[in-house]
Amino acid sequence: MTLSTFKRTVFTVLFLSAFSFGFAKDTQEGGDDEKFDPKEMILHHVKDAYGMHIATLNQGEENELHITIPLPLILWTENGLTTFMSSEFHHDYNGEVIVEKNGQRFVNVHEKVYVLDEGATSVQYDEEHHPTNAHRPKLDLSITRNVFMMWVSMILLFTIFLTAARSYKKSKNGVPSGVGSFVEPLIVFVRDEIARPMIGEHKYRKYMPYLLTIFFFIWINNIFGLIPILNGANLSGNIAFTFTLAAITFIITTFSGNKNYWKHIFWMPGVPVPMKIFLMPIEIIGMFVKPISLMIRLFANITAGHVIILALMSLIFVFKSYAIAPVSVAFSLFITVIEVIVTAIQAYIFTILSALYFGMATEEEHH
Amino acid sequence: MDLITPEFGLVFWTLITFLILLFILRKFAWKPILGAVSDREDGIRNALASAEKARLEMQNLHADNERILQEARAEREAMLKDAREMKNKMITDAKDEAQSQANKMIEQAQVAIESEKKAAMAELKSHVAGLSVEIAEKVVRQELSNKDKQLKLVEDMLGDAKLN
Repeated sequence: MTLSTFKRTVFTVLFLSAFSFGFAKDTQEGGDDEKFDPKEMILHHVKDAYGMHIATLNQGEENELHITIPLPLILWTENGLTTFMSSEFHHDYNGEVIVEKNGQRFVNVHEKVYVLDEGATSVQYDEEHHPTNAHRPKLDLSITRNVFMMWVSMILLFTIFLTAARSYKKSKNGVPSGVGSFVEPLIVFVRDEIARPMIGEHKYRKYMPYLLTIFFFIWINNIFGLIPILNGANLSGNIAFTFTLAAITFIITTFSGNKNYWKHIFWMPGVPVPMKIFLMPIEIIGMFVKPISLMIRLFANITAGHVIILALMSLIFVFKSYAIAPVSVAFSLFITVIEVIVTAIQAYIFTILSALYFGMATEEEHH
Repeated sequence: MDLITPEFGLVFWTLITFLILLFILRKFAWKPILGAVSDREDGIRNALASAEKARLEMQNLHADNERILQEARAEREAMLKDAREMKNKMITDAKDEAQSQANKMIEQAQVAIESEKKAAMAELKSHVAGLSVEIAEKVVRQELSNKDKQLKLVEDMLGDAKLN
C-alpha cells in the first residue's frame, strides 16, 4: 500500500506542476459576515465543476488567491462549436461573470453553463433559482473536473497495468516483479473470487477484461475521491458515471443472455401458468432494476461518504469555533478510514454483481 | 435534483474513456497478465504432477529393488540349502559306499579264510590219516610179530565185545 500511496502522491504533484495555475481575484465571495451555508458548500463539492479548484488563499482579503487548474469547456450551441477555458469565468458560479464567445454570452450558474438569450445582459432567476432568460447549450461536452480526474485515473491505470504486463514479459519464468507482483493478487482475486464462482469455469474468461477494468476503474476513482487536495473529484459518486457503467453491464448482460435466461424472464419454468403470467412483468422489471440498483448503490455510497466528511468539517464553520475542530477532525478521520475500506468494497460489489448478472444470463439449463 | 440527473457530457466522456481503457487494457495488460498467470499455474500443476509421478516411480523402483533383493536372498538361501544337502548326501553316500566295500572285503576275506581253513584241514586230515596208517602199520607189525600177543588181542577184543 505504501508503494501505491507514494506513487499516487508523486503522480499528483507531477500532474499539478504540469499545469499553469490560474490565479485570479475573487469577485463575488464576500467577507466574514457572509452566512456559511453547509448545504451549498457540500453540493458544490459533491457535484461536477468546470474548473479544478485546489485551494483558496487569503480568503476574504484584498489579495485573495484561487489555485485552480483551468479546464476547457466544449459547447455545441446554435452558433456551432464554442470552446474556452474555465478560467474565463474567474471562479464565478453565480452567473455574474459573462463570457462573450462566438457571438454568444455564457454564464456559469452553479457549475452549469447557460447561454444568455438574445439581448440579455444579466441572468434573471425565478423563485427556484432557475435562470429565466438563459438556456443550456445544445451539447455540453466540457472537460469538467470529473472528466479530468477520469483521465488522470486512466493514465494511472495504464501506467500501473502496462508496467505490470511488461514485468511479466521481462521475466523469463513468468514471475512478475515490482508493480506486477503488487497487482497480481488483485487480478487473481477478481478472477478466483468474482469471475469464477459467479460466472462459472467455462465462460468466465470472456468477461474477465470487463470485470477487471470496471473493478480497477471504480476503485481508483473511489480513492481519488478521498484525496482532499483534489477537492471532491467525486467521479464515482456522480450518477452519470455510475449510470454509464451500469448501462454497459446491462448491455453485456442482455446480449449474452441465452435461451434459458430469456425463458426464465418470459415464461418461468416449473410454475403453474397463472404464476408464469404473474411473474413475467416482475422479471421484466427485474431486468432493469438490477443495473439501476448498481447505479444507485455506487453513487449513493460514495456521495454519502463525501457528504458525511464535508458535513463534519462544516461543523467548524457552523459553530464558528476552533474548539469544535478536534471533534470534527477526529470524526472525519474516522469516516475517512471507513471510506478507504468502502472504496474497495464498492468496487468489489459493483464487479461481483455485474459478474453475477453475467452468470445468470449465461447459465445453462439444469434439471 | 441535478445531483441525481446524469449529465450527458459526463456520460459521453465516461463511455469513451471506459471503452479506451477496456480496449487497451484488454489487449496490453489483461491478456498478457492473465496468460502469464495461467501459464504459470499450469506449469506449477504440471510440475506437481510430474513430481508425484516421479515419486510413484521411485516408490515402484524401490519396491522392485526390495523384491529383487528378497528374491536374491531367497535364492542364496536355497543355494546354500542345496549345497548343504548335497554335502550331506555325498558324505552319506561315501560312508555307505565305504561300508559296503568294507563289508564286501570282510566277507571275501572270511570266505577265503574259510576255504583256506578247509583246505588246511583236509590236508591235515590226509596227513594225519597217512601218519596213522603208517603208525598203525608199524604197531601192528610189531604187535603181531608173536602169536601170544595176537591171541591176547583177540581175547581183549572179545572181552570188550562181551562187555558190550
